[in-house]
Amino acid sequence: MNRCTERIFNGLVKENPTFVLMLGMCPTLAVTTSAINGIGMGLSTTAVLIMSNMLISMLRKIIPDSVRMPAFIVVVASFVTIVDFLLEGFVPSLYDSLGLYIPLIVVNCIILGRAESYASKNPVLPSIFDGVGMGLGFTVGLTSIGIVRELLGAGQIFGVQVMPDSYEPFTIFILAPGAFFVLACLVALQNKVKRNLAKKGKEVPKTAGCGEGCASCASKGICGGHLSGVGTVSEISTATEKDADKTNEQEGV
Amino acid sequence: MQELLLIAVGTAFVNNVVLSQFLGICPFLGVSKNVKTAAGMGGAVVFVITIASFVTGLIYKFILGNPNIMGGELDYLNTIVFILVIAALVQFVEMFLKKSMQSLYNALGVYLPLITTNCAVLGVALTNVESGYGLLTGVVNGFATAFGFLVSIVLMAGIREKTEHNNVPESFKGTPIVLVTAGLMAIAFFGFSGLI
Repeated sequence: MNRCTERIFNGLVKENPTFVLMLGMCPTLAVTTSAINGIGMGLSTTAVLIMSNMLISMLRKIIPDSVRMPAFIVVVASFVTIVDFLLEGFVPSLYDSLGLYIPLIVVNCIILGRAESYASKNPVLPSIFDGVGMGLGFTVGLTSIGIVRELLGAGQIFGVQVMPDSYEPFTIFILAPGAFFVLACLVALQNKVKRNLAKKGKEVPKTAGCGEGCASCASKGICGGHLSGVGTVSEISTATEKDADKTNEQEGV
Repeated sequence: MQELLLIAVGTAFVNNVVLSQFLGICPFLGVSKNVKTAAGMGGAVVFVITIASFVTGLIYKFILGNPNIMGGELDYLNTIVFILVIAALVQFVEMFLKKSMQSLYNALGVYLPLITTNCAVLGVALTNVESGYGLLTGVVNGFATAFGFLVSIVLMAGIREKTEHNNVPESFKGTPIVLVTAGLMAIAFFGFSGLI
């Protein structure tokens, strides 16, 4: 398969940021009250991701290794500011409903994660397509969560009434707790599929929490590899616990 | 004074940072396996957010939002400046604690580097500016937000400790059951909404 289409497939399916890598949980839960918000957030993130991947890939031989994290952050933050203004100018209704979460795209782990693990090591064109793939994967994830929540919580999809009038919407699904429940069910569904695959002896794609190990983790540079070599969320917390135990022992001494 | 109290209660409980604004979900899900670790993380977050909201408040007041510099039109740089300041600040706080407050460093040190990517920190800094909070109000708001985080992560860790050996359906083991718990907590926190 061509390298560029491979990157897009990778982002959409194999390493889908929402369902497989479980990155960028804050916007995933916060803005998916309706399908249109999900698409808006997804596309804004995609735009930032493509541009930052492109620029970081261009600059990959210029940025010194020791200051790459701050450099990446500046690049990403600049593009986020641009997107913020564009949305404010051209799509004010979306801008109002996304609000604080637009500037917070800066701290979305997907963007720094891709910069660190892909764009800083690969040529420009594949990096752009990597951004497209990852961004679309994120958009698909957010939109599908948004559709479920909007359908259950308001009986609509993209603002169009689809449920019959007799349907009493579960308002809870467009409120905060609904986000947790919908995501919980989606992850559980994914676990089920994976277990079935494993039973049939097929290769199971690895899930990662704060990133698959520190390799693709955005905060690797910042966290200084404290948690290096750990995989899932649970492993990370055990690692932190171990560290905490160590510190407690030191205190005891 | 009353206004400050209202802001504090409002951000800590009514609009809880994790359960209703979804900021700082990653540490909330990742570091909530036992109460001790959760309390450590919560403590570190309180510490960093309080300092960060003070520093970003100062920067906004005297540089970015200062009408004497470029006519006060520098506030489009908020996001860029704040995230860099926070990243640097966390490193600086870590170094400072390591050097001069060994016991505090032992308690919070492991969690500090993880906090830069906690979106609650940047979120608070931006909220302070957007709501037009002054320096003191901003710090109070920051402290209250972080306190809300501390409360919810410790509660979550307590629940997880109690339910660890429960018989959960196979597919719901791990992250899903934690998310369901968080959802129920979010419903419980709705109870505070009549408070203000």
